[in-house]
Amino acid sequence: MQMVQAQQSNTQDLKSATQHQLNHDHSGHDHSGHDHSGHDHSGHDHSGHDHGGHDHSGHDHSGHDHGSHAGHGHDSHSSGPCGHHDGPYDPTGTAIHHISDGNVYSILDAIRIPLPTFLYAPDKGWDFFMSSKFHIGHHEDGHMSYNGYVMHHGSAYRVVDAGFPMEGSVAHDCFTKKTVKDAKGKDKDINYVMYNGKEYKLDARSTFDAGLLGGGITSFYDYSISKNVLSMILVALLLFFLFRKAAKAYTRNPNSAPSGLQNVLETVFMFIRDEVAIPFIGEKKYMKFLPFLMSIFFFILGLNLWGQVPFLGSTNVTGNLTFTMVLAIIVFIVVNINGNKDYWKHIFWMPGVPVFVKPVLAAVEGLGLFIKPLTLMLRLAGNISAGHIAILSFIGLIFIFGDIFGGIGGNVAGTFMSIPLTMFMMALEIIVAFVQAFVFTILTASYIGAATEEHEHH
Amino acid sequence: MFLAITGTLAAIGAGIAVVGAGVGIGMIGGRAMDAIARQPEASGDIRSAMILMAAFVEGAALIAILLSIFIAG
Repeated sequence: MQMVQAQQSNTQDLKSATQHQLNHDHSGHDHSGHDHSGHDHSGHDHSGHDHGGHDHSGHDHSGHDHGSHAGHGHDSHSSGPCGHHDGPYDPTGTAIHHISDGNVYSILDAIRIPLPTFLYAPDKGWDFFMSSKFHIGHHEDGHMSYNGYVMHHGSAYRVVDAGFPMEGSVAHDCFTKKTVKDAKGKDKDINYVMYNGKEYKLDARSTFDAGLLGGGITSFYDYSISKNVLSMILVALLLFFLFRKAAKAYTRNPNSAPSGLQNVLETVFMFIRDEVAIPFIGEKKYMKFLPFLMSIFFFILGLNLWGQVPFLGSTNVTGNLTFTMVLAIIVFIVVNINGNKDYWKHIFWMPGVPVFVKPVLAAVEGLGLFIKPLTLMLRLAGNISAGHIAILSFIGLIFIFGDIFGGIGGNVAGTFMSIPLTMFMMALEIIVAFVQAFVFTILTASYIGAATEEHEHH
Repeated sequence: MFLAITGTLAAIGAGIAVVGAGVGIGMIGGRAMDAIARQPEASGDIRSAMILMAAFVEGAALIAILLSIFIAG
């Protein structure tokens, strides 16, 4: 019966095309202020809606088309595919969503900054557009498709069903998810988009971000200026202006004591120079590598701290394996092109050990050549992602308690649990932000030092 | 069924790796504290060496965790 009602609601929606569908909420996630039990669902008064803002949380839901909701409470699992609520809070999904990259920069799930989206599908060619074309709504789900692409949980997906209109924009309904067994018998989630009451299969997300975590190969590539890329650009610009300001102060007043910003930057700069660069690389050569070490340190530190700012997007750039992989590859290249004869000799033909040990050591050292950047990559991404997940889990306590004890009382209890834990974790994460930037730099310096060290010949 | 066991075993393996790294990093930290208490003037050098060693120990644990992820995933 509910399916029928859902169908009816869809038919009703079609009459006024996009606008009603903009008001559809999405399955699988509901956190803020969506307690529908207290709302008046009966009056189908469509006036007074802000269709542009998509701010569902602050709205009076009486105007929504809640045909499929008339008969049951919001904790029911049997609502139509586009029901408002289909189950309890999902901590894992929420955490993964929040540490992933995306094609929209959201602040508090209220202000959504559209980003340039560059998608390429080998069988179709390029698509360049702003992600505002998706009409992004609550929880970063789009309401419109564009050239066969839709937005779900902040990421562009491609519809892989020929029945779906592949050209131009059409309004679609919510997203649904099915779990199926793949060829190896493992559970795999497949997303579908509802359009005209039918489900259309979505391809997996483009895997430049999450392929390692099981995304798989897709039929399209996402080269967008994503949330992470925008954060990188912003932090790079911020660092550029901060250091330019400090540098100007030095040239203007070379003889006066540093003050303000200069003081902060100088302290950190001197620390890296005196504690990292000089001891590990040596007095003679450190100047050649100092700019590289400083760039790495301040870029990682800036991005770590940028991700820690509450409500400001909470981008997880340094917790992204792709980003840390690029950093590790750069370090690998810098270390190895600066490696001297002794360095290579110590890898492939270790002096001073018996001949039969040499090949064994060469194998171990050769492996170590690649394990070093690999651990650099994993350490940074793992630590920062773990911190983000811990904070999100503690915030999730509010909703988990709300699900267990029901209603506002559980939410309040969860909030009192959550606030101290979250504050503690954020304080810890600020330390981790500094320590991880420092560890990355000190390890880079020690690898460079080992590669450029001049041994006395025995 | 079998796959479920594989996932659990991978999780246990990751846990054991973390225990090992925890013991290792704990010992490094503890000994570094001893060393700093004995020779406070060398605290800078000791701290750098401590962080470097902790990073190496952590690296071994990270490889174990990565293997666990690949086996489970």
